Amino acid sequence: MIPLNWYLWLSAVVFIVGVAGFLTRRNIIIMFMSIELMLNAVNISLVSFSSFLNDMRGEVLVFFVIAVAASEAAIGLGIIIALFRNRATARVDEVNEMRG
Amino acid sequence: MDSYLLIPFLPLAAFLINILFGRKLIRDNAHWVSILAVLGSWVVSVITVEGVLHGNTVNRDLYAWISSGGFKVSVGFLIDPLTAVMLVVVTTCSSLIHIYSAGYMHGDKGYYRFFSYLSLFTFSMLMLVMANNFLQLYFGWEAVGLCSYFLIGFWYEKKSASDAGKKAFIVNRFGDFGFGIGVIMIFLTLGTLHYDAVFASVKNLIGQTVTIHLLGVQIDLITFIALLLFCGAVGKSAQLPLHVWLPDAMEGPTPVSALIHAATMVTAGVFMVARCNPIFSLSPVAMNVVAVVGAVTALFAGTIALVQNDIKRIIAYSTVSQLGYMFLACGVGAYTAGVFHLYTHAFFKALLFLCAGSVMHAMAGELDLQKMGGLKKHMPVTYWTMLIASLSIAGVPGFAGFFSKDEILWLAYSGPSPVGKFVWAIGTFVAFLTAFYSFRLIFRVFHGKFRGSHEQEHHLHESPKVMTVPLMLLCVGAVASGWVGVPQLLGGGAHFTEFLKPVLGHLEGEGTRSEEWMVMAISIIAGLSGIGLAAFVYLREGDLAAKIAQNFSFVHRVLWNKYYVDELYDAVIVKPTIWTAKNVIVGVTDGKIIEGVVNGVPRLIGRFSSRLRNIQTGMVQQYAAVMAIGAFFVIAAVLLWQ
Repeated sequence: MIPLNWYLWLSAVVFIVGVAGFLTRRNIIIMFMSIELMLNAVNISLVSFSSFLNDMRGEVLVFFVIAVAASEAAIGLGIIIALFRNRATARVDEVNEMRG
Repeated sequence: MDSYLLIPFLPLAAFLINILFGRKLIRDNAHWVSILAVLGSWVVSVITVEGVLHGNTVNRDLYAWISSGGFKVSVGFLIDPLTAVMLVVVTTCSSLIHIYSAGYMHGDKGYYRFFSYLSLFTFSMLMLVMANNFLQLYFGWEAVGLCSYFLIGFWYEKKSASDAGKKAFIVNRFGDFGFGIGVIMIFLTLGTLHYDAVFASVKNLIGQTVTIHLLGVQIDLITFIALLLFCGAVGKSAQLPLHVWLPDAMEGPTPVSALIHAATMVTAGVFMVARCNPIFSLSPVAMNVVAVVGAVTALFAGTIALVQNDIKRIIAYSTVSQLGYMFLACGVGAYTAGVFHLYTHAFFKALLFLCAGSVMHAMAGELDLQKMGGLKKHMPVTYWTMLIASLSIAGVPGFAGFFSKDEILWLAYSGPSPVGKFVWAIGTFVAFLTAFYSFRLIFRVFHGKFRGSHEQEHHLHESPKVMTVPLMLLCVGAVASGWVGVPQLLGGGAHFTEFLKPVLGHLEGEGTRSEEWMVMAISIIAGLSGIGLAAFVYLREGDLAAKIAQNFSFVHRVLWNKYYVDELYDAVIVKPTIWTAKNVIVGVTDGKIIEGVVNGVPRLIGRFSSRLRNIQTGMVQQYAAVMAIGAFFVIAAVLLWQ
């Protein structure tokens, strides 16, 4: 049986990739995908713990996360399209109206 | 109800009606309200004075005005012979000048305003003379000052008029400050402000002294109080060194000059000194100060009047000079003579001013002597009335001014005052000056050839009846008002002196009959020679006056510039004050301290927040990075904690 640590390492690596992607890429769609990566990294650790501890609550939580991620993707893509229609760009550094 | 209350309150009612309803409803009928009110108070005054003649004096507290611990003041009225004289003067002059104003101010856009102020002034002046305590006197004192300010600056669009109003008010403040302290000193030392109580107990203060720590000098208490009170009189009655406001006050409409700045308000100082005679009489030092200030002012203003060309200013300086005469009289102890001169002066001086107003009316506002001349045939009524007023002021026997002036000079000469002879000499010389400049005015305005423009000459006309009738009525006063005080020397009964004796006491001159004749003869000669000299200089063809001015150019220049007093005040007081205001008050206090705090606090907050807002870049990723770093530290801390 694969030890729990491996799963957790995988989860951590995926999460770091997500964070790095989110912070470094300027394209909003890529940033969005990075968020999905982070959510899924969390999902990986949740199911790992669930299986390891024989507790179904982890998997239930994962379904919630997936559901939330799905709706978030829907809303997020809507925002992106609205943004693109207004500004003809998908780069966040060109959208800094809130600059103080 | 006591009918005498109507005397001040009728004009007050007229003021309220005019000021509230004048603009929209009454407008050009405003004079009816004011004139009827002042005539009403004149009638009541005459009835009241009739009562006083039969010994019915009034001294009644109406109601408690202020009651705070030991400080009790009531609104009360005192009508004794002195008040009676003032009532006659104030209501008579006021009535005639109100009527004259209806003609003079006709068509002015501030018509209702003019009459409401005039009524307010009459009310204030009556409150001043009818008061029975010092605080009410002070109330009237300040209220007449306020009305004077309103009326000098009546044509407020004119810069010079509004400046003159301010000047009058500010200069008066210097005097009133002293007067206010004097009233406070009276309360502090005697515990009351009621005339009766003060005058009865002021004797107890003899010998007490007061130390002024600021100057480190010790001064007799009564002298101190008397001099403080006199301070107020100096301001209000335009004596040296606070005389500068009165000539400028001529910027106001001429009826105002006649009523306020000649006949009534400016004599309030003399009235006050006479009213406080029990205080002044106890202080020889204060008396001498009063006499000398009066005499010097009389001379000072008299000499200035010799060379001025503005007819109203000449009469204004003549007023200052005559007020000096009244103080001179009070200062030598001849209060009755001072009040007698106040009373006669009110009539002939009001008349002089109203005549000047009539001349201005004909000349379309022109005031310069050099552009007049030969007006006699165009305006006979004005000429004759003004001539009579001038004869009266010059002290020609038979006219009112002669009797009062002669009494002052005789009592100065023969009285016990140590400065008596000195002020008598000045007074006699001033009588000469007075006659000279009064007749210079007459000859330059009414005789000779007209020196103005053609257009003006064409316009010349006698004033309407509403103006000339008051002139004629005042003329009667200018001649006959002195007849109540014909001295015993001339076979009269000196009724005026007898009438005032209970209030003001009576000064007996010590001298033989021949001395008395001599003093009278000298004053008559002084007056007549003044007239004669004026005739010699101004009635002949040629420019003798100009030659004299050229030969004495230094003297002429000093007199023309009024001894440079205005310039002196400008340099010593006005300029430094403005400099301080600009540089210290505006520059440091306001600019640095107040604005420093007010602007400094927001500037500090602004600077801080402009640093802070750099954080808000609008870059999503920076926020996320900060969040990530934050989360990292939080987690690290939690882990390390365990």
